[in-house]
Amino acid sequence: MSIKIALAGNPNCGKTSLFNVLTGSNQYVGNWPGVTVEKKEGGLKGYEDVIIQDLPGIYSLSPYSPEEVVTRTYLVNQHPDAILNIIDGTNIERNLYLTTQLLDLGYPVVIAVNMMDLVRKNGDNIDIEKLSKAMGCPVVEISALKNEGIDAAVEKVVELAKNHTHGDAPHVFKGSVEHALAHIEESIENSVDKTYLRWYAIKLFERDEIVQQEVNLPADVMAHVEQHIRDCEAEMDDDAESIVADSRYSYISDVCSRAVKKSGEKHRVTLSGKIDKIVTNRVLALPIFAGVMFLMYAIAMGGYSFSIGTMGTDWANDVLFGQWVPTLFDSILTSLGVSGWLYGLVMDGIVAGVGAVLGFVPQILVLSFLLSILEDVGYMSRVAFIMDRILRKFGLSGKSIIPMLVATGCGVPGILASRTIEQENDRKITVMTTGFIPCGAKMPIIGLFAGAVFGNSPLVATSAFFIGVMAVVISGVILKKFKAFAGKPAPFVMELPEYHLPSARNVLRSTYDRGMDFVKRATTIVLLSSIVLWFLQGYGFVDGAFMAVEDPNVSLLAAIGKAIAWIFYPLGWAGEMAWKATIATFTGLIAKEQVVSTFGTLYNFAGELSEAGDEIWAMVAADFGPVRAYSFMIFQLLCAPCFAAMGAIRREMGNMKWTVGTIAYMCGFAYVISMIVYQLAGLMLGEATLSVFTFIAVAALIALIYLVCRKGYSPEDKK
Amino acid sequence: MKTLKDVKVGDTATVVKLHGEGPVRRRIMDMGITKRVEIKVRKVAPLGDPMELTVRGYQLTLRKADAEMIEVE
Repeated sequence: MSIKIALAGNPNCGKTSLFNVLTGSNQYVGNWPGVTVEKKEGGLKGYEDVIIQDLPGIYSLSPYSPEEVVTRTYLVNQHPDAILNIIDGTNIERNLYLTTQLLDLGYPVVIAVNMMDLVRKNGDNIDIEKLSKAMGCPVVEISALKNEGIDAAVEKVVELAKNHTHGDAPHVFKGSVEHALAHIEESIENSVDKTYLRWYAIKLFERDEIVQQEVNLPADVMAHVEQHIRDCEAEMDDDAESIVADSRYSYISDVCSRAVKKSGEKHRVTLSGKIDKIVTNRVLALPIFAGVMFLMYAIAMGGYSFSIGTMGTDWANDVLFGQWVPTLFDSILTSLGVSGWLYGLVMDGIVAGVGAVLGFVPQILVLSFLLSILEDVGYMSRVAFIMDRILRKFGLSGKSIIPMLVATGCGVPGILASRTIEQENDRKITVMTTGFIPCGAKMPIIGLFAGAVFGNSPLVATSAFFIGVMAVVISGVILKKFKAFAGKPAPFVMELPEYHLPSARNVLRSTYDRGMDFVKRATTIVLLSSIVLWFLQGYGFVDGAFMAVEDPNVSLLAAIGKAIAWIFYPLGWAGEMAWKATIATFTGLIAKEQVVSTFGTLYNFAGELSEAGDEIWAMVAADFGPVRAYSFMIFQLLCAPCFAAMGAIRREMGNMKWTVGTIAYMCGFAYVISMIVYQLAGLMLGEATLSVFTFIAVAALIALIYLVCRKGYSPEDKK
Repeated sequence: MKTLKDVKVGDTATVVKLHGEGPVRRRIMDMGITKRVEIKVRKVAPLGDPMELTVRGYQLTLRKADAEMIEVE
């Protein structure tokens, strides 16, 4: 039987670095069941049959955040053989708080004091012997970054896991608290798993609702327990939760005053403090943030001489997927002598479709790389600190700004960047709204209509961006008021970790993971949808016979477009343009720039189309009035994103219900806004006539205003 | 009642009691803000909220609305 060792610790304690060192490339990454909390496990290098389970970085085993609940459930139900608890040596007091909770569970625990190189550099000293004695478990000094002491820590924890040896739990609770706990233990002895007697007693003392439900004590025992809690609360003149937290911290303070010698004065200004004097400075913070974001954007997606992301993508699109791959497949297929339809499927369907999406990989790799550096260094927490004030007004978190900004380049890394937002509700709203931001692939659509209908007015692109931002803001305000998001108030109580140099291993690992994730998606979901669309576009009924068709106007896709175009009638899509616009909407799901090339095909334009489709402007202008064109453009900007982005949404939401909900919300929102714009602006400008849809549009507008202004659901109206 | 929100930037205060209830309060305690602990207010974000504190030797940020729950002297 294999040995299971759980890796536990606070966020920012170097747990990820240590996990990477311990397991190397032998990792499995997934999600914990039911929540979008990342679950990582891997085989321990150099040992057979030892599995390391990386637990989420948490500050406490409280019953509130999904990370905390997942960790508790794992520890109580999965019975790891031992816990390796990593603590940050430069921040020992707060880190030991979690340690005292882990020790309550009665597992063999080894404390690994990380970042010892920094502790020594600061001139501080930690007395390992004293610490070990006070905590009742072995303590090892390590530095995950410098790879020091890790072998010793691993040997120790494996030994403990094999022998199931654990020391005496520290006497954290004193006097009347210990008295009450002992009484509770006595009353519940027969109702819970004895291994965790102390843990259950403490949790019941804290009136932890999850544990109360789990153990489900008989009413008389419950009343008895409650009486003990009340007595203790009365004696200590405080509530039970505070009593427990106070006891833990008092014990730790006492231990630290004996075991930890800090050099220098109490509030010395660290290097991080000095950096923060500039980075979160009242005047400089926002310009610096703007500069960092601009630089990141410029390197990954800009058009400058140092924009390596753009260069890579241009190369991938023009050379790799423009020439090499098609030529390669062409020669393979020709030499195999495959039939025409198979050739078409591979070349026009798969190679063209998947190639269009894979072309973004270089930009995504560069962006992920830069984002990982910002995360690893500790800048992201500062961003949240700076931006929180503005964004929380819209139901978003300070960190939501990063996904939004990244999404102006490409929505996929934007949505994936939402991973750094800890609060689940904030993260969900961010994922749901990030796709509204006009990404690079939507620019040709804007270019097409700006050129064809609006005389190339720069106002079109500006207004498009404005609409995207407003869609985010309005959605944030509306969604936040729904019960699903208002259920648990998300605390913004965040650590500002010390800045440190990025670790190459962590940054490359995270870049690789994000890049591979995108490639996987392109080779599955995009591959499948490309094949379906190729088929619908290339086949149709001619004179009652089903056959391959050259003219897209008679394809199955055209038939579908014509059959369902009426859905978009309230948006002003009528006459000849309606089915073309409908089809373009579908092809836009592969990648948004397909919308323009689809119009090219449907207007029977033969030859190479420029990016914004200059050649078909006259024909588009004949079909689209200004208001109709604008309604179509808004719909394209706001409706369901491309398949790759849907895949990203699926990943970040973690389940199908929320993924479908997000896409439905985006489509619905796009539909309503386009309808309001067409019906009301159209009426004023004479493009639409007064009809039943005018009144529906007015009603929709009123409903929207109501949703924005209403008070909203709040779990407990306190004030 | 003086709360953490009223402490000036650069000043240090000692926690007397935590008011309120629920997850935010618990989170504040988990992060080391308990009775008798010293808190130094380091700065306020550029837009006036949240605030940055030093507590138990590390940097913590907290919204002013939550800082109002912390009674200090």
